[in-house]
Amino acid sequence: MKFTSSRRNVLLAAAVTAASITLAAPAHADGHATVESIHFLIPGGAGGGWDGTARGTGEALTNAGLVGSASYENMSGGGGGKAIGYLIENAESQHGTLMVNSTPIVIRSLTGVFPHNFRDLTLVAGTIGDYAAIVVGKDSPVNNMADLLAAYKADPSGTAMGGGSVPGGMDHLVAAMVMKAAGEDPTAVKYIPYDAGGKAMAALLSGEIAALSTGFSEAVELAAAGEVKIVGVTAPERVDAAPDAMTMKEQGIDTEFVNWRGFFAAPGLPEDKLTAYQDAIAMMYETEEWETVRARNGWVNIHNPGDEFAAFLENQETVIGDLMKQLGFL
Amino acid sequence: MLEGILIGLTTALSIKNLMMVVGGCLVGTFIGMLPGLGPMSIIAIMIPVAIGIGDPSAALILLAGVYYGAIFGGSTSSILINAPGVASTVATSFDGYPLARQGKAGKALTVAAISSFFGGTVGAILLMIFAPALASVALLFHSAEYFALMVVGLSAIAAFAGSGQIGKAFLMTVLGLIMATVGEGALFNLPRFTMGVMDLQSGFSFITLAMAMFALPEALYLVLDPKRSNNETHGDQIKDLRITKDEAKAITPVIGRQSIQGFLIGVLPGAGATIASFLGYAVERNIASPEEQKKFGKGSVKGLAAPESANNAACTGSFVPLLTLGIPGSGTTAILLGALIALNVSPGPRLMVDQPDIFWAVIISMYIGNVILLILNLPLIPYIAKVLAIPRNYLIPFILFFTMMGAYIGQNNATELLILVGMGVCATILRFANFPLPPLLIGFILGSMLEDNFSRSMQLYDGAQFIWERPMTLGLLILAALLMVLPSLRARRKQRSKP
Repeated sequence: MKFTSSRRNVLLAAAVTAASITLAAPAHADGHATVESIHFLIPGGAGGGWDGTARGTGEALTNAGLVGSASYENMSGGGGGKAIGYLIENAESQHGTLMVNSTPIVIRSLTGVFPHNFRDLTLVAGTIGDYAAIVVGKDSPVNNMADLLAAYKADPSGTAMGGGSVPGGMDHLVAAMVMKAAGEDPTAVKYIPYDAGGKAMAALLSGEIAALSTGFSEAVELAAAGEVKIVGVTAPERVDAAPDAMTMKEQGIDTEFVNWRGFFAAPGLPEDKLTAYQDAIAMMYETEEWETVRARNGWVNIHNPGDEFAAFLENQETVIGDLMKQLGFL
Repeated sequence: MLEGILIGLTTALSIKNLMMVVGGCLVGTFIGMLPGLGPMSIIAIMIPVAIGIGDPSAALILLAGVYYGAIFGGSTSSILINAPGVASTVATSFDGYPLARQGKAGKALTVAAISSFFGGTVGAILLMIFAPALASVALLFHSAEYFALMVVGLSAIAAFAGSGQIGKAFLMTVLGLIMATVGEGALFNLPRFTMGVMDLQSGFSFITLAMAMFALPEALYLVLDPKRSNNETHGDQIKDLRITKDEAKAITPVIGRQSIQGFLIGVLPGAGATIASFLGYAVERNIASPEEQKKFGKGSVKGLAAPESANNAACTGSFVPLLTLGIPGSGTTAILLGALIALNVSPGPRLMVDQPDIFWAVIISMYIGNVILLILNLPLIPYIAKVLAIPRNYLIPFILFFTMMGAYIGQNNATELLILVGMGVCATILRFANFPLPPLLIGFILGSMLEDNFSRSMQLYDGAQFIWERPMTLGLLILAALLMVLPSLRARRKQRSKP
């Protein structure tokens, strides 16, 4: 729905003001803010994963008194490419801005949809990750990956997997990765794309698709409510937020995947500013305020500042690039 | 359940929560009147305020108030200056704007306000009684049915195919469908027809296109054809709110039907207020008497009441999947879901059991909100309608300003202005050549949903057999065919019997 996505990205000066008024109040309480203010640039609509990450991080940073005030701007367009372009083109005036981004920046730079890639930006830090999960409806006879694979083998075209991303996007790559590690041909899996995670979830509950590839944190709430069953998580170990959900590895499927999220700044950001941002983020992990936000969202701390972030991204680019070549997307 | 309602009633009637309803409705209606700021953006603006409040029921009552307040206020710009700010008020302009042009702006705004009031109230009643049961209805539709529903929605173009314009209306619809293919669809991971322009990667924006197709040509038309406009809006009539007895009699059944139909469509996570308003318009036009049918698109009160009651009822209906399943059906409810989770409320089947105060307080606040909106809006209508009494020389720049602003703040992108002006000039030429523009916008709005749902179904069924294998899909498609064919058959039979 193009017309809604275009409506998704408005946050005006009014919003910025409102945000700073309400969120700044508690921040000055202990008076040792290391950064005066941060303007978060969100390359997608309000309510999405990027949005939650930026707002959650801003909330923790301001509540903990590490940052004086936080403001937020949603700028969707080009699947996130617009915000990246905007940050690069207006680099000079954007020293107070941090852009949130995640795994798709790697994927979409590989396919060439983004003319830029992460090397064109200043890498601030990777902050959190969300594992991927394969889920089924509560009434599904499938209870684990073995059941799902058996159902797939019995009726490959009737066992469609859905996701909230385009073919070749993250949800599809995860589904393909899992099926490949389980010994199936990843190109044969029937992947049905939806234009939003919520619609994909509705399709799963309505029985249109047999399984759904989605973010773990998106599935946790509905799993706790007993509406869906998580049949496999791409984490190295079980995640506390859903201790009953088995990992892929436990079930003999050697797949691990983390959709990282992190922050980027404009190219040419002065060193002292970069250090101040990185310090504020590093200190954030020790605070109670961050723990509250993190636990509420089921995020996993994966802190990768500066150079480590660059190495991590380069590694992920290689892994995803190889998989996409195999799938015929590159 | 009764106990829950009582808890909700006491929660909703606390002074604090009453203030939230009033505040939310005020903010929603007034900001909602500006084209370009739809409910989604206004809610996004209000979220920090709501989270700052901390109390989940108060916060949700505030946000819900903003939501239906914005839908309520959104019709104003459609009616007065033909500038539908959100997709769900496009159908409102079909008959609302012609009424305003005839000098009946006050009446048009009153009909819209009353229809909205009943749509919202009936929606809230249905929500209260049936919410838990409707959770399963929300999951009844698969992609195949959504595809068929979009086809039914497309039949609304028949209203503009009157008097020998059938070919032109179809041509415009196809043009709209073509324009919907620009950009990255949900089903392909590569941009289509963007000519390498990054600003087109997410396709044309709805608001820019709506301004370019409706508001801008109107303003330009007024400039280019001064004779036509001078003597149309005059006298005290524009301030007149009165609805005649006949008109009241005509719109009552329309409002009743569309409140229920709109609510049910709103419950479906893949449909929503826009589809509800088009379907409402199409259905009411097709069941109207032949004489009444001719008035549709030219200032029919029925044609105005139908989409207005449907979109408000649908907006209330969209709370069903949100509150009972935890699934957001639209961008707006997705933001609400985010806010709920931030407030430690987990929407889903257990919300009603675990936090009945929140669940019921929100629903009851919706009744109160609708009453407040009506009280708030009716006395203001004469003043709002007076906007049209402003001399042309001042009114036109004013319209141009809001048109530009609407297109710009949607995207924060100056390229939108170029697209707006370019398209606006083309649209003005088309208008002079007597091509109806609403079908283009209908085609554009429904196009991407039509395509996505169709190709998903094709993929799921490995072919087109879903059309006859799924009874509900087949039924909806037959309905669409009947809606398209019946009116012309009826007209032909009448012509034959005449001589």
